[in-house]
Amino acid sequence: MTTTAFKEPVRQAPSGVAARAPRRPGRLRRLSLPYLLLLPALLLELLVHLVPMVIGVVMSFKELTQFYIRDWGTAPWSGLGNYQVSVDFDAPVGEALLHSFLVTVGFTLLSVGLCWLIGTAAAVFMQDTFRGRGLLRALFLVPYALPVYTAVITWVFMFQHDNGLVNHVLHDQLHLTDKPSFWLIGDNSFYALLTVSVWKGWPFAFLIVTAGLQNIPKELYEAAALDGAGTWQRIRRITLPSLRPVNQVLVLVLFLWTFNDFNTPYVLFGKSAPEAADLVSVHIYQSSFVTWNFGTGSAMSVLLLLFLLVVTGGYLLLTSRGRRAADV
Amino acid sequence: MRSIRAAAVGAVTLSLALAATACGGGSATGGGSNDSPKTLTYWASNQGASIEADKKVLRPELDKFEQRTGIKVELEVVPWSDLLNRILTATTSGQGPDVLNIGNTWSASLQATGALLPWDEKNFAAIGGRDRFAETALGSTGAQGKDPAAVPLYSMAYALYYNKKIFAEAGVSKPPATWAELVEAGKKIKAKGKSPLGAEGSNLSENIHHVFVFAKQHGADFFTADGKPDFTNPKVVDAVKSYVGLMAEDKVIPAGDAEYAQNQSVSDFAKGKQAMLLWQTASANLKSQGMSQDAYGIAPVPVISGAPGAGTQVNSPVMGINMAVFKNTDNLDGAKEFVKFMTSDEEQKILNKAYSAIPPVKSAQADPAFAAPDTAVLKNTLATSAAALPQVPSESQFETTVGTAVKELFADAAAGRPVTAGSVEAKLRKAQQQMPAA
Amino acid sequence: MSSTRTPATPAGRPAAPARVPVTSTRSPMAPARSFLWFRRIFLTLLAGFVLVPVYVMVSSSLKPLADVTGEFRWLPSGLTVRPYIDIWSTVPLARYFVNSLIVAGAATVCSVVIAVFAAYAVSRYDFRGKRVFTVTVLSTQMFPGILFLLPLFLLYVNIGNATGIALFGSRGGLILTYLTFSLPFSIWMLIGYFDSVPRDLDEAALVDGCGPLKALLRIVVPAASPGIVAVAVYAFMTAWGEVLFASVMTNDTTRTLAVGLQAYSTLNDVYWNQIMAASLVVSVPVVAGFLLLQRYLVAGLTAGAVK
Repeated sequence: MTTTAFKEPVRQAPSGVAARAPRRPGRLRRLSLPYLLLLPALLLELLVHLVPMVIGVVMSFKELTQFYIRDWGTAPWSGLGNYQVSVDFDAPVGEALLHSFLVTVGFTLLSVGLCWLIGTAAAVFMQDTFRGRGLLRALFLVPYALPVYTAVITWVFMFQHDNGLVNHVLHDQLHLTDKPSFWLIGDNSFYALLTVSVWKGWPFAFLIVTAGLQNIPKELYEAAALDGAGTWQRIRRITLPSLRPVNQVLVLVLFLWTFNDFNTPYVLFGKSAPEAADLVSVHIYQSSFVTWNFGTGSAMSVLLLLFLLVVTGGYLLLTSRGRRAADV
Repeated sequence: MRSIRAAAVGAVTLSLALAATACGGGSATGGGSNDSPKTLTYWASNQGASIEADKKVLRPELDKFEQRTGIKVELEVVPWSDLLNRILTATTSGQGPDVLNIGNTWSASLQATGALLPWDEKNFAAIGGRDRFAETALGSTGAQGKDPAAVPLYSMAYALYYNKKIFAEAGVSKPPATWAELVEAGKKIKAKGKSPLGAEGSNLSENIHHVFVFAKQHGADFFTADGKPDFTNPKVVDAVKSYVGLMAEDKVIPAGDAEYAQNQSVSDFAKGKQAMLLWQTASANLKSQGMSQDAYGIAPVPVISGAPGAGTQVNSPVMGINMAVFKNTDNLDGAKEFVKFMTSDEEQKILNKAYSAIPPVKSAQADPAFAAPDTAVLKNTLATSAAALPQVPSESQFETTVGTAVKELFADAAAGRPVTAGSVEAKLRKAQQQMPAA
Repeated sequence: MSSTRTPATPAGRPAAPARVPVTSTRSPMAPARSFLWFRRIFLTLLAGFVLVPVYVMVSSSLKPLADVTGEFRWLPSGLTVRPYIDIWSTVPLARYFVNSLIVAGAATVCSVVIAVFAAYAVSRYDFRGKRVFTVTVLSTQMFPGILFLLPLFLLYVNIGNATGIALFGSRGGLILTYLTFSLPFSIWMLIGYFDSVPRDLDEAALVDGCGPLKALLRIVVPAASPGIVAVAVYAFMTAWGEVLFASVMTNDTTRTLAVGLQAYSTLNDVYWNQIMAASLVVSVPVVAGFLLLQRYLVAGLTAGAVK
């Protein structure tokens, strides 16, 4: 999974630590030590994330088709050509990208919402001990612990039209549909994707919220209880507000993770996803690897990255301001 | 602040330096050498039931080659899901095998990258001459008028496999020779509670092979003579509509097949659930699924009317696997030697028998094993009524875009939505617009 | 981790702050009836939702082939362990397994060590560029993998050509890639955790004459062990489950389980019972490890990330 979090903007930077820190070593050593400690991480980030990203951006300005991939240094520059193609929403390539983008936004909002809702509800319900709680918690974490592809392959098996469990239950046993439905092709594929995504995503929310709940002082509940607040009121008045900082990070992490998710749709649908479930990550993969046009694919990725930067930045700005206002 | 700026400048410089190294991409430009004459790396495609099964077939032959020439061949059997990507990354980086198998439909696309050794007169002479190979097979080795990018290794063709028992029960006396007969037979078979015909509606390549043949039979081509996509040609639209119509209108393909992409239709046939199957060299596959050879018959793929032949009577694409050599190999002579070995009469017989394919080498075809009734149909089809898929650089994009269009049309049909000339045209128009301009 | 919370039993006695002796049979902290009912229904449904695919995976792996190619059935017509035997010969699963263990194991160890150093620097020192560093590292998590798949691949190949260090196609390259994937989240989580370890502890060690590294290893690392375990679990899972980069960056000898399992589903025949058996075999190490260590994970998150 890909997870992110931005603690920095909301964290109080520890101040004056350096002055109090190592005393004996010489001044030079003291100054260079933190950099030395950071060096391995920095080099790896440069090698694996930052430099390739720069190359990716360079590629997005090139006409990198099958004729040039053998020696892509010689590929002609195409200026903004790849970007123009990508955002020309009247032409099929841009239109398909826009469609895919909108599907992804809708999918992400629904998936993140459901994951958060189920995860929070389960964590709150399991805050107090009851018989079998440990077992249940272990069970709930299984979907998250399973490697993505094994989980998705199992769902593929269950979503088959002829021999799958889902149709067996919905059609043969419960008679909810008048004929077996298709889940892996056509319009229902959106719901299939959503189901799988929520199934393996919500335990993460559950885990984080469970951890967050442990930081709420018990005294708060007791005081509220003595004030006559019932169980539901305590949840509304204490639990949920106390979780706000946790939620700020959690929602962002879930959002980025779901938005960039490649493995789930790829294993679920293969190289060409149905239109209804054409997530942007697979769409870009198809645009670059399947049709061998890496320039356009890179341009689309860069656009996606810009979008995520704007959304994340805006989100952090809004939520931090909201929190600061709430703190006052 | 100064150190931040310094650090930033440093980081950017480093990135640019590394990026520049990457831009160099130099290694791929080499023209091949004989620097390491004792080893070869060979990527084989997955032809048998599994990767391990393929290794069992190929390993003894490679050992034989080593005994004779002293060249050790490192074998990797690459699954189909990875093969094109692996070739692509090998092309981009220059880090690839010396010799590799490619699907013959990719020939022109890969040829356009310039990474494969062209088989000119001189190179062909090194492996025994161009005229050892069947002309039909050579038609799928690259764009017309250019030296082939690969050499044919295995040839295959589509045929109609039918379950004798189901046919007898349904009172179908002989395998259908035309589509109308097939639909007619389908009605009788359905009355017996079996499904008539299988398809792999979500498998892009399968879709392409079938609509290509349907287009030929409707007298149309997906590409104009000068290689431009022409998907919205009314005849092409009509052809695609008839193929999807086997599910949408004629109902001989069950709706469930719309999501098949992993050869489930072969399993359905092997299990006796389905009466007919349009497939290329299914014998080995059916055998591994426990269907005895007496249980099914093999007939040519139907046509619109008359008998299979050239032009509108085409009933199969020329299918097959080609062998290519990477231009920048460091064992050029050894690579050619290996291709020569693999296309020798002896190896052609062994390998094509193992994979129930037809040897593209003419002298190997004479072996009695390829005259058995099942292979005779395939051999005959290849010789008389098979046509090469478009040999254009954008072939692989064509497979993706049109294959996806057909997949979506199947999904419509399966959901009970009508498949009309209008809806087919719309999908094909979108596919055409996604094709590269070149 | 259940030990960190005192359960509120019906007879429970609220301690601070009021210290009012409770005499009624129902304490005010006891959950409402509606809450209990709602909880029961919700958790039952949720458990069903979670359990069904797990059940399908386990039961299908024990079914004969005929049961998984025909109409779905809840109960197998017979039980067989055949799939568990066949998986080792249909694809070279054992080799993939070893590769995955090496790659994921090495990536985890390296990732944890590097993250500990980086997080210690950020947590305990003030230095120029600190904020730039954390923001940059964390923002890499926004990159769509597809954007740098091909560039990274090219970079590895060119480094290989220039220096002779084989990164592409080798386990080493994959280890570098995976350890970096888990690095940002690990660093961020450990910063939070180290911040929660009282500074007085390592400062006391420094006064006692330990060097900063010794203080880190002797004092901070042991105190932060739940956080470190959590990070290790995360790093291992990341490396164990990745498909996209592994499919491009490995060859026959270095292929990992993730790719190997994919190869399964593109075989000419689909053996669902074998696929399920293989999935289960692949999952067991991570799921077992995860469940064993989950208490540390929650404790690590509680003290670090979500504080």
